[in-house]
Amino acid sequence: MHMKQRLRRTMMFIPGNNPGMMRDAHIYGSDSLMFDLEDSVSMPEKDAARMLVYNALKTIDYGTTEIVVRINPLDTPYGKADIEAMVCAGAHVLRMPKTETAQDVRDCEAYIAEMEKKHGIPVGTTLMMAAIEGALGVINAYDIATASDRLIGIALGAEDFCANMKCQRTTTGAELQLARQTLVLAARAAGIDALDTVYSDVNNEEQLVYEATLVRDLGFDGKSVINPRQIGPVHKVFAPAAKDIEKARRIVAALKEAEARGSGVISLNGKMIDKPVVIRAQRVLELARVSGIISEED
Amino acid sequence: MKNNIGHEIDQKLLDRMNFGLYGRDKDPRTAEKGKVHDSKMVASIEEAIKRSGLRDGMTISFHHHFRDGDQVLNQVMEVIAKLGIKNLKLAPSSLTAVHAPLVEHIKNGVVTSIESSGCRGTLADEISHGLMDTPVVFRSHGGRASAIADGRLHIDVAFLGATVSDEYGNASGTCLDESVENAAECGSLGYAKVDAQYADKVVIITNNIVAYPNAAGGIPGNQVDYVVKVDSIGDPAKISAGATRFTKNPRDLMIAEKAAQVIINSGYFKDGMSLQTGTGGASLAVTRFLTDAMLEQGVKARFALGGITGQMVKLHEMGLIDTLLDVQDFDVEAASSLRRNPNHHEIDGNTYASPFDRTAAINQLDVVILSALEIDTSFNVNVLVGSDGIIRGAIGGHPDTAAGAALTVIVSPLIRGRIPCVVDKVSTLCTDGALCDVLVTDAGVAVNPRRPEVAEALTKAGIRVTPIEQLKADAEAVVGKPDDLPFGEKVVALVTAPDGTVIDVVREICDND
Repeated sequence: MHMKQRLRRTMMFIPGNNPGMMRDAHIYGSDSLMFDLEDSVSMPEKDAARMLVYNALKTIDYGTTEIVVRINPLDTPYGKADIEAMVCAGAHVLRMPKTETAQDVRDCEAYIAEMEKKHGIPVGTTLMMAAIEGALGVINAYDIATASDRLIGIALGAEDFCANMKCQRTTTGAELQLARQTLVLAARAAGIDALDTVYSDVNNEEQLVYEATLVRDLGFDGKSVINPRQIGPVHKVFAPAAKDIEKARRIVAALKEAEARGSGVISLNGKMIDKPVVIRAQRVLELARVSGIISEED
Repeated sequence: MKNNIGHEIDQKLLDRMNFGLYGRDKDPRTAEKGKVHDSKMVASIEEAIKRSGLRDGMTISFHHHFRDGDQVLNQVMEVIAKLGIKNLKLAPSSLTAVHAPLVEHIKNGVVTSIESSGCRGTLADEISHGLMDTPVVFRSHGGRASAIADGRLHIDVAFLGATVSDEYGNASGTCLDESVENAAECGSLGYAKVDAQYADKVVIITNNIVAYPNAAGGIPGNQVDYVVKVDSIGDPAKISAGATRFTKNPRDLMIAEKAAQVIINSGYFKDGMSLQTGTGGASLAVTRFLTDAMLEQGVKARFALGGITGQMVKLHEMGLIDTLLDVQDFDVEAASSLRRNPNHHEIDGNTYASPFDRTAAINQLDVVILSALEIDTSFNVNVLVGSDGIIRGAIGGHPDTAAGAALTVIVSPLIRGRIPCVVDKVSTLCTDGALCDVLVTDAGVAVNPRRPEVAEALTKAGIRVTPIEQLKADAEAVVGKPDDLPFGEKVVALVTAPDGTVIDVVREICDND
């Protein structure tokens, strides 16, 4: 069973009709790969792309990378066929585009469950995430985030959101501020991940780093990327600072010491440490480990 | 006996010592005082060809310093064909895709044999399909230079393009004269210098005659017989093209970054090291990823060798590489650096890579990064023949530098398109696997079992070393195993090792119907 909770600093988009990119997209080290059957595939290629992604997932070993597939909406002629094929292909997560209401999630989940039953796959195997790409979706963010146990996270789709809002993308990100904060609030309340939108100018690393830093500070778990060259800079932003790692190490050591003593009370330098502090410290060490800053033994 | 100034000199002494008498026995070649001497300029390529004495059955040569921008070879060959000269051996330092018109000259019997470092495009395609009766001889750059020097490849007439020349044949690939507009700078004329030194007749072809002295280096006038001015010799924008492009491809960049990590942790990354990067996006990009580590660890390179790039120049100008030893330039930045930076030196093909000269620069080389079209599980490399069985590359300095360098790093994607690059056996052997130490792909790093100490150093540094057989299996798991190529019996080319011995042959490719 795929882990619901895991590291998702980067989710790289791969057009579902590009075999050259699908062949070994995992080698660049993004935490998740998202094969797209939706916006990057034109109408006449929908069936071919679905077949291609299905066969890629059946054939290629993507190692420990999380495999996400963005399906077409259920109200299109392709949505149901996408779900059936991707459930059978063993995609870890199906990403619903343009999610507006909790009912959208429930409809999708019902069809996933139906397909799992039909093909003898344990019900609940296929996880979901919801992309929120409009004003209504942002307003319903908490309801969406809590609509299914299968949800691993919610993600912001900024281009569609801005079109819907009748606003422009800016370099400061002011137009997305409320949406981003609403999403991260809803995700945290629901106990799932919050993932930020793509930054589409692959040659502007400076702005990519600015956006990644901004959303990291807001509490997002990661950012979508569209080119392998964007992975390194985003991972760097999400890597913890040396002083935070040191502090986290001391906290985790204190936890182990308390466990060894059989005590439920964890203390460091004479101060009691709360559970959330321990969880944060464990997360910092996990990030430091995958960022290659500290070794596996730490 | 008195000389004409009145000093007594005994004739018997002159006879015994075999000397002439000043004034009486004047050598007719001696230049007259104060007279402006005849220049070496001739009116046209045709006149230069006629004066050179070129006739049927001779060997002619060209250089490839203008790469895909070269216009010299085609111009000269057209005139040779018009003059009705036949049965020539063509021995350029290399051939590129712009030399497609040679196909007609071969069909018409003007050219009947070829020796080159490589071949691309239409000509290569035709050769692979059996165009020529005599197999093409492929030589490495060092192999060619040494073959010319010791007479195994004798050149009758060399036609050498130059960015500028003076009337006396002092010719160069850089231009010091600021009044010259649009100089097509190719930088070093390293390979051509060998031709100039050893060919019986040397013709310089340029579009810019500058005032004497053209002191930019390159080819000295005393090796030149004729100088021809033409309208155009090459397109400088195309010097940096094809094999020497500056990559943005994420796969190439990833391989380059990994290769840099390998070098940094190989044990050879230390102050005073030397390095070379061969053609290919990933190979050339390695320099970019070495910079930070050089600054952090206080490592400076004593020299960088070979094809010089703008990136190398940048490191040189930052003080991270002391000396650039330049046999050819891969881009216009490097070409212009040659005239700008005093410690950027033009060297000839033998100084660079003669296999028989222990002082050749390759033998001083610590690290070389080289590309591959295919590499097999014994680390043998093919850089000449594509996965379709058609010649599409050049040996270049690959086997020369692999043999000379202390650490040879091969960079290649694991898969190109649907074709695995790590295979059981390369279709064409260009560089002996015993000379190739590390393979860096986008899917993992493999170390030649002959170099356990390198594998150990990398592993210690946290770089995962994968058996090359595993990489081959990984590639086949994705794209399967390609069918054998439909090679025929006819041998279309000999592949020679730097010492001139034959390491493999290329056979005719038969089209599948």
